[in-house]
Amino acid sequence: MSVYDGVPGLVSVKEEHRETTLVVDPTRLIEAATHLRDEEGFNFLSDITAVDYLGWASTRVSGYIGTPAGRDLNQPMTQGYQAVPLPKPKRFALNYHLLSISERPRRVRLQVWVDEDESVASVIPVWPTADWHEREAFDLMGIRFDGHPNLVRILLDDDWDGHPLRKDYPLGGEPVRFSGEE
Amino acid sequence: MTATAPSIRRTPIYEGTRIPSPIPTVLRTPADLAASGDIMTVNFGPNHPSTHGVLRLIVDLYGEDVTGLEAVVGYLHTGFEKNMEHKTWWKCITYPERIDYVSFQNNEYVFVAAVEKLLDLEIPPKATWMRTLLCELNRIHSHLVWLGTSALELGAISMFWYAFREREQILDLFELVTGYRMHTRYFQVGGLAEDIPRGFYPEARKFCDWMPRAIDDYETLLTRNKIWLERTEGIGLLSADDAIALGQSGPVLRASGVDWDVRKDEPYLAYHQVDFRVPVLPEGDVYARYRVHMAEMRESVRIVEQCLDRLEHMEGEPWISDDRKVVLPPRHELHTSMESLIHHFKIVTEGFRVPEGEAYVAIESPRGELGCYVCSDGGPKPWRVKFRAPSFVALEATATCMTDALIADMIAIVGSLDTVMGEVDR
Repeated sequence: MSVYDGVPGLVSVKEEHRETTLVVDPTRLIEAATHLRDEEGFNFLSDITAVDYLGWASTRVSGYIGTPAGRDLNQPMTQGYQAVPLPKPKRFALNYHLLSISERPRRVRLQVWVDEDESVASVIPVWPTADWHEREAFDLMGIRFDGHPNLVRILLDDDWDGHPLRKDYPLGGEPVRFSGEE
Repeated sequence: MTATAPSIRRTPIYEGTRIPSPIPTVLRTPADLAASGDIMTVNFGPNHPSTHGVLRLIVDLYGEDVTGLEAVVGYLHTGFEKNMEHKTWWKCITYPERIDYVSFQNNEYVFVAAVEKLLDLEIPPKATWMRTLLCELNRIHSHLVWLGTSALELGAISMFWYAFREREQILDLFELVTGYRMHTRYFQVGGLAEDIPRGFYPEARKFCDWMPRAIDDYETLLTRNKIWLERTEGIGLLSADDAIALGQSGPVLRASGVDWDVRKDEPYLAYHQVDFRVPVLPEGDVYARYRVHMAEMRESVRIVEQCLDRLEHMEGEPWISDDRKVVLPPRHELHTSMESLIHHFKIVTEGFRVPEGEAYVAIESPRGELGCYVCSDGGPKPWRVKFRAPSFVALEATATCMTDALIADMIAIVGSLDTVMGEVDR
């Protein structure tokens, strides 16, 4: 039970590192966002972070040093303990970092999960500042936002191929064109 | 917006909202005016001496009136966040400071703090106080660069030389502590990279004694200067509601009458132990932003002095955590301890590992709320790093601030939003 039970489309609530994460159903994102703004007072959208979890946990993480309870470096046999990170429900996570500028300042992370071919509703009607954040997520991660009035690339050229922050986009993947080649 | 808190001063700077619709960041010329044929579209930048870096503004002009405006960014995009995914955690620290090359210490700190949050590391008090001190010196540095260049753009050339005179002193202090003038990489996960050198405290004291007089000088030149007042007063209005809706933070938000400062409202480092005021002005124009910047510099000097008071009594205390899985062992131990040698080897070659999880840390950088989101899969490299760059968000407000503005005001308005293009484009 938490104070956020009333959020529409709520899937789960996580408390980690003194941060609250609300996972909501992507189809009800606008409802959840409006509820958080109007009922809970989260009037300020700090940031939208898109994360690509392609290949997550495919390379086993060896020598894992943590347990959910905390780190215990001195306990024998935990060194070299093999652990695989917890699986993720879909490929992309969108994290909306919200802040309440009020007498009782607090933060919350609104999280939705989408797959490659799925899109998510734009939150510009709720927080106008989402405009450029969503364009950035589209540009670098290739996530589509329904209802965004101007969903074009923002940091890269308009004719750029691919979305560089995706995990299947190589580092140094920019084609180098030499003169005389054309 | 329904959530009205009493701490927020709601002086109506203007009625209703001025955020353009449907695109909140693009000011469109009205259709009848556009059809009249009297509109001239000018491409302002990306290489123009008064746009604060490689910012391109597509401006529709009707005579001298700005009727349409669109900001185009991305000319400095270097893929910092992608690069960081391919570097070990401790090599990554060099990247954030290059993102915002004017407030490097703050950027460095926010990344280090996010990693420390995932690691759940305890930081020694000496490191905390020194970080606070350097972040505040860095704030003064950043505000000085802002003041010098913004005034220069409005024709006050001498202001630039005065501001850079004091900036030079701050850079000398950074050099004294860290060995570098900019991009110092002095914050290490766990504390500081090196102990504070002897001779730093008296030099910093000298600077603190001098700086308030220097700020008096600046204010003599500008605060009641008739030309300055005419160029800045009542220009670039942004109401409190619009500022919050557009995600504005830092001096821009406080100059619109919103009493919000992460240092005060969500204290980090040693800010809950120092005494300082948060300057808030209700006017919401370029002049208010200028005055907030000036007042903040004075407060920063006070914070630096209080940090020095504490640090001077911390001689000999540890400056970095003793967690050997994360922090390099002291050099002398490598010759005598096998264990230390192994730790050293592991950290240098493979890097330390950060437990799986995600964290978001927000601090008050000179430009506003600087956030850092890090995600780790438990390995030695970050899975994802994202910066919430206050300059990027500040540029979203250009269209709103430029409502009913003249072309000459544009320089003052864009300057007052205090953007650093490196941070916008990352």
